[in-house]
Amino acid sequence: MKPSRVGWLFVAPALVAIAVFFVVPVAAALVMSATDFDIYALADLRNVRLVGLANYLQLLQRPLFWRALANTMFFVVIGVPLSIAVSLGAALLLHSRLARFRGFYRTALFAPVVTTLAAVAVVWVFLLHGRYGLVNYGLAWLGLRPVDWLGDPRWAMPAIVLLSVWKNFGYNMIILLAGLQAIPGDLYEAARLDGAGPGALFRHITVPALAPILLMVSILTMAGHFQVFAEPYVMTQGGPAERTVTVLYLMYEDGFKWWSLGSASAVAFVLFLFMLAFSLLQARLGRAAGSP
Amino acid sequence: MRRPLAFLGVNVALALAALLTLFPLAWMVSASLMAPGEASTYPPPMLPRAATLANYRLLFAEHGILRQAANSLLISLLATGLSLTFNLCAGYGFAKLRFAGRERVFRLLLGALVVPAQVTMMPLFLMLKGMGLVNSYAGALVPWLASVFGIYLVRQYTLTIPDELLEAARMDGAGELRIFALVVLPLLKPIVVTLAVLSFLGSWNDFMWPLIVLTDHDVQTLPVALAALSREHVQDVELMMAGAVITVLPVLLLFLVLQRYYMQGLLVGGVKG
Repeated sequence: MKPSRVGWLFVAPALVAIAVFFVVPVAAALVMSATDFDIYALADLRNVRLVGLANYLQLLQRPLFWRALANTMFFVVIGVPLSIAVSLGAALLLHSRLARFRGFYRTALFAPVVTTLAAVAVVWVFLLHGRYGLVNYGLAWLGLRPVDWLGDPRWAMPAIVLLSVWKNFGYNMIILLAGLQAIPGDLYEAARLDGAGPGALFRHITVPALAPILLMVSILTMAGHFQVFAEPYVMTQGGPAERTVTVLYLMYEDGFKWWSLGSASAVAFVLFLFMLAFSLLQARLGRAAGSP
Repeated sequence: MRRPLAFLGVNVALALAALLTLFPLAWMVSASLMAPGEASTYPPPMLPRAATLANYRLLFAEHGILRQAANSLLISLLATGLSLTFNLCAGYGFAKLRFAGRERVFRLLLGALVVPAQVTMMPLFLMLKGMGLVNSYAGALVPWLASVFGIYLVRQYTLTIPDELLEAARMDGAGELRIFALVVLPLLKPIVVTLAVLSFLGSWNDFMWPLIVLTDHDVQTLPVALAALSREHVQDVELMMAGAVITVLPVLLLFLVLQRYYMQGLLVGGVKG
């Protein structure tokens, strides 16, 4: 057999699967977002009509869409930096030569990453319980007032950020730790001989060396945060006062509760555009900061 | 005199971080062993007064959660098998076999990574409904057939195999399938385990797609069933914790056993991506 044909035969099954179950659906979603596909169309496809950009224009006029966008942006803008800061802090601790039992701590801090999000969200619902929750018990122990985490519109999203940081920081911690371990030790030695303190070492050696990894990690983390869904679905069902309705939650409700699949497709594409725009923006900012 | 203080600071901070991180999981296990209503008292108890397995018994006997556990296990095993089959072949093909358009196709695949999978969910649901696959394992498995990430993972690892090895096998007259099965696969063992662990954990923990495509109680996976149960049983803290333990424990144990492989996959996907 010709070598070229062998190569194609090896990659063909995967390419066909990706084409049929990914590429075609993406294209179909784009078309669907320009139709009024709803529960009647679900019963009989002849009820579908092309409506152009009507779904998108309608979204712009829906207060719930803007609410969902604002909630998601809150989750991204607060959650991503917080999550990366915790990851970096944990990675620095694990990297410290003074640390004991590093292997154990690495595993312990990473454990939440492999747990099932929907299940630990159920656990956190009770940890965050207004009266019997251990989070509030801890706050009381510190002399702070209890918070009605999932019942108070102001606190529900911060509560979800809290769960998300706990669940995810271990992932970036491992990547940043690998980055820290790749920095040559003599760099630090040389700087120390020149009289640099720990703060200066961190600012002038650690941060610049980690910068490319930090940029990549923040782009990936941001993409993940834009896709927040299971937490509000399990913990708050979008409430209280719609303060935890996220863009994907809106897509799920539009599409699979009300069967407005056309409108849901439009929501999905808006999310896609937002993710794309923010990734490009961040990559550009990162590159600008990296090349003075 | 700064050394001992710094030593203490680093280690106390680590211990505290680990305590805070593990606490929710420890409490989940502890509360799952409490009697009904015990967790909803003040001050909140850390440990059960008298540990009982009653909640687990209730989940299996009354709520028939064995069914969902079996669904989760089967779907995850099948997803792992499918993901290995498709991604190992393709990853090897992109790394070691020459064919026209290889680099262009691979770049296109990587480009597809920017599109979030949720975009596909509405058409995919309709497609599966048309094929009668809603509420079937097959419906839940569709996204696990082949993945760009899986192909990338295998390709990066396969690139480290020297070409001379494959050429030597070809000189000996071995067919391409034989070379793949007998020469390449044994060398790929570490990445096979890595991809298997990632696929199993990924499909076990998956939530949104199974929630959409598995609406019948009898075909649901554990996370989806647990979410539904927790909406009906808001008050039954202890019961829910038992359900959470059953869902989380298998993957946590699997991770602990195969940790090395999991971390390897994470670093290939992360640092070099």
